[in-house]
Amino acid sequence: MREIAAGGEAGAGGAFAPVVGRSGAALAWRRFKRHRGAQVGLGVVLVFALLAVFAPVVAPTSPAEAVLSQRLIPPSADHWLGMDQQGRDLLTRIMHGGRISLVIGVIAVGVAGSIGVPIGAISGFRGGWVGHVLMALVDILLSFPAILIAIVIVALAGPGIRNAMIAIGISQMPAYARLMRAEVIRLRSEAFVEAARAIGLPEWRILARHVFPNAAGPLIVQSTLNMAGAILSAAYLGFLGLGAQPPTPEWGAMLSDGRTYLRTAPHVAIYPGFAVMLVVLGFNLFGDGLRDALDPRATQR
Amino acid sequence: MRDYLTRRALFAIPSLLAVTVLIFLALRAVPGDPAVLLAGDFATMEELAAMRARWGLDRPLVVQYALFLSHLVRGDLGDSIVSDLPVRDEILQRFRVTVVLAFAAIGVALLIGLSTSLLGATRPYTVWDYGSTVVAMLGVSTPIFWSGMLLILLFAVMLGWLPSGGVGSWQAFILPAVSLGFSAAGIIARQTRSAMLDVLRQDYVRTARAKGLQERRVIDRHALRNALIPVVTIVGLEFGRMLGGAILTETVFSLPGLGSFLIISIAKRDYPVVQGIVLWLALAFVVINMLVDVAYAALDPRIRYA
Repeated sequence: MREIAAGGEAGAGGAFAPVVGRSGAALAWRRFKRHRGAQVGLGVVLVFALLAVFAPVVAPTSPAEAVLSQRLIPPSADHWLGMDQQGRDLLTRIMHGGRISLVIGVIAVGVAGSIGVPIGAISGFRGGWVGHVLMALVDILLSFPAILIAIVIVALAGPGIRNAMIAIGISQMPAYARLMRAEVIRLRSEAFVEAARAIGLPEWRILARHVFPNAAGPLIVQSTLNMAGAILSAAYLGFLGLGAQPPTPEWGAMLSDGRTYLRTAPHVAIYPGFAVMLVVLGFNLFGDGLRDALDPRATQR
Repeated sequence: MRDYLTRRALFAIPSLLAVTVLIFLALRAVPGDPAVLLAGDFATMEELAAMRARWGLDRPLVVQYALFLSHLVRGDLGDSIVSDLPVRDEILQRFRVTVVLAFAAIGVALLIGLSTSLLGATRPYTVWDYGSTVVAMLGVSTPIFWSGMLLILLFAVMLGWLPSGGVGSWQAFILPAVSLGFSAAGIIARQTRSAMLDVLRQDYVRTARAKGLQERRVIDRHALRNALIPVVTIVGLEFGRMLGGAILTETVFSLPGLGSFLIISIAKRDYPVVQGIVLWLALAFVVINMLVDVAYAALDPRIRYA
């Protein structure tokens, strides 16, 4: 895991020259560059994404390859993170676990956005009783911890990666609906929206072409933070036996399996957990920096 | 204030009803015969027939829901498939463990969250401030099961100071409470820091300083009191989130609370218990959210819900 930390610091150097200009993007980039935590976060996220994509190429062995004679051996020069309870290389499995976490995160966030954003948009743009009923449902969901919603959905639909992704997506949906609704309400009284209305554009077009692009910033920030939440939730579900099932090299499931050996071979459970923390921390730092860069009013500084 | 309380309590009823509808429909959306789900895979024909009669499973959905609700208000959540005991008794027995854990954890969260954020916010942009920001960020990002395992490894396995699980003594709650509390400490710390920085910029704080008050008193008397108002909301919401996080903590530390019971019941397909626990937690969240709103109104004289 040491390379990931080092990669984060290297990313913090910032090899790109700042574009000095008056455009919003350039301003945001300059603010982002001043945010050291954000750069560390971006570095961690990039290293994580690269390792996830190229895991089959860079990983030392294959995630299923087991050498029973090397069960539970601690980290060494040959196996940097040691071997697990079945004699599988832990570094390889953690790299492949990153692939699974990345896929779960992206799909869950996609599900959350594609349900939550339209609900928020309709409720904010139209109002009326439909809007009120939708938001009342969203508020009920919002009053429960996301992990509990995900657990209940998986409990009913059955464990597995596919159901875990859907469940996590639904559990994150309310945040998008609330955010989108607030953005739409803020934007719908702006002059350019009134102008679009005045020239007779249909509602869906106003929403798609004029409102949505202006709400993109906060939605991107929310999605980055939701990636952190989704990866954490996926690991929790895997740990509880409700997400990915062994022998899939999923971080939560690996940690749950390795827990039995905490006394004799702590590395088996500790490293997958550390991977979860590092990636979640990366997305959180990156998301925080993005928020400060894209919406300076949100900062308390 | 009393009017507000009454109205807030009345508002809670529709959301509770909506939750019961969602849970009622969810169980019937599961593929398979609901009578088998509620009586277990090994139920006899007589048991299935009794289950159908008790919950009206061969009658229209609306009638089923009415029956479900009438059982519910009498506190009848059915019997556990595994133990045959009333679900209500099974839940109440374990809820105590979860409540103790949640209160201990919120205590830890307040201790870490408030102390670090106040150290930081009163010395903005110093090492203290950055340190407290890092602690907050780690709190938000550390998986509950991971901090739990590290604590077990350090204090139970290596040092042998504290038990690694069970409820044999009060010491058994220390590690779970620290693990769960740390996750909430981060959010409390961030909220307190921004509230404190906001308050410290206010005119009345400048006035207090200008009239020569010691910095300590400015913080205690003027700044902190006002900064804590939004923090109360966060603490309330975090308390609710603790009941969710307790599912993980109780599993890591083998605590016989409601959270680990939920996971065990899901694994054993004990649907009456799963339904009962979810309903019970829903009730808890509605009550907690109500209390948070009330506390907020009581603390901040500017808020008037006329």
